[in-house]
Amino acid sequence: MRQDHIISAKQLSRADIEEVLDRAADIAEDPGAYADRYEGTLLGLLFFEPSTRTKMSFSAAMKRLGGDIVDMGTVESSSVKKGESLADTVRVVEGYADALVLRHPSEGSAKMAGEFVDVPLINAGDGAGQHPTQTLLDLYTIRENAGFDDLSIGIMGDLKYGRTVHSLAHALTNFDARQHFVSPESLRLPRSVRYDLHEAGAEVREHTDLDEVLSELDVLYVTRIQQERFPDEDEYREVAGEYQIDESTLAAARDDLTIMHPLPRVDEIAHGVDETEQATYFQQAHNGVPVRMAILDLLLGGDR
Amino acid sequence: MSDHELRVSKIRNGTVIDHIAGGQALNVLAIVGIDGSGGDAVSVGMNVPSDRLGQKDIVKVEGRELSQDEVDVLSLIAPAATINIVRDFDVVEKHRVERPDQVVGVLECPNRHCITTEDEPVQSRFEVLEDGVRCEFCDTIVREDLAELIVD
Ligand SMILES: [Zn+2]
Repeated sequence: MRQDHIISAKQLSRADIEEVLDRAADIAEDPGAYADRYEGTLLGLLFFEPSTRTKMSFSAAMKRLGGDIVDMGTVESSSVKKGESLADTVRVVEGYADALVLRHPSEGSAKMAGEFVDVPLINAGDGAGQHPTQTLLDLYTIRENAGFDDLSIGIMGDLKYGRTVHSLAHALTNFDARQHFVSPESLRLPRSVRYDLHEAGAEVREHTDLDEVLSELDVLYVTRIQQERFPDEDEYREVAGEYQIDESTLAAARDDLTIMHPLPRVDEIAHGVDETEQATYFQQAHNGVPVRMAILDLLLGGDR
Repeated sequence: MSDHELRVSKIRNGTVIDHIAGGQALNVLAIVGIDGSGGDAVSVGMNVPSDRLGQKDIVKVEGRELSQDEVDVLSLIAPAATINIVRDFDVVEKHRVERPDQVVGVLECPNRHCITTEDEPVQSRFEVLEDGVRCEFCDTIVREDLAELIVD
């Protein structure tokens, strides 16, 4: 992979993506072969907003490669609270670590930070922007379960602010995929993402009702609709209820549907669905470690 | 002074921006950073009949030559404009504006969650699209009211 940083899914070609997925599959098959590969290597974790899972999965990935982590800690206890700029923070921490992982509430933060450092920097979520490593583990899961040929995927929930959705939509333009976006009108894809999909010639449909498309889907990717996006709670309840999946919803779905969700969930997917063959979201979450190991391996040196 | 005289009155040294789309002259002045307080003599003709545009605006600024940056941003709202640099009553340079691929440090991103709107040592950067601009940091696309985004 010829990348210095992983900032956006837009920068990833099909070859880049397949290289990561192949490496991840190789790691998953024989993790022992990678166990000491990065002994003495330190990964710096800069999480400016809480994300226990993403952070744990990066830590686990680095440690399973034989390396270790240095962690900025919570924002409340750090110098960031004292008003230090992000540009200064990354330039300082670059001296402590061999690669950096950044989670930050501002859109474009990873892109900016990447311009200030020479060590590899990985975007682990920038506001409503991008979350490319989530996308790579999503793609890994899709390839395992549905493959990339003639793929019909439904992406449902908060499409406006959902960074995992934006990254996934960009990445899927590399494949033979029909993308169906299902959301309330107020949470449809942002103009910039629709623009990119159009430019890429992607086959895209927008829906407000899952029933319009459910029966033809290979994959249904569900995201959470956040209450804080709505001015009042009633409006939220009205909308959110329409985008919940339970076993009765799935009566119209194909038996081999793959249901995904970039956890954590609240109540978008009823617990009854967990026992179905279609539920894939825990497998998807577990895939985070080998995929992030692959990303680190390729960024830090590949086949050294 | 008649209206006709005002429109064609010559300037000694400065810039004449011609062929601005009708109604955009005040936005052009905003881009050039002229609000009348600097003491420059400025004449503005609005909705003047034009063969090329039907109606056009024209702006003349005494004592001021536009920088390339200013011309670049000008091109975003006045793509048909011509810039005439005048020295000692003669037009010494005349060129059409050209849309740049990128404008740097000139527009402020309207996305209030964009990192470029925070106190960071970074200039705003916009890719110029066929019909608008796009923030290179947060990807926000802006098509309307570009003049309102011009950095003071
Ligand atoms: Zn921006």
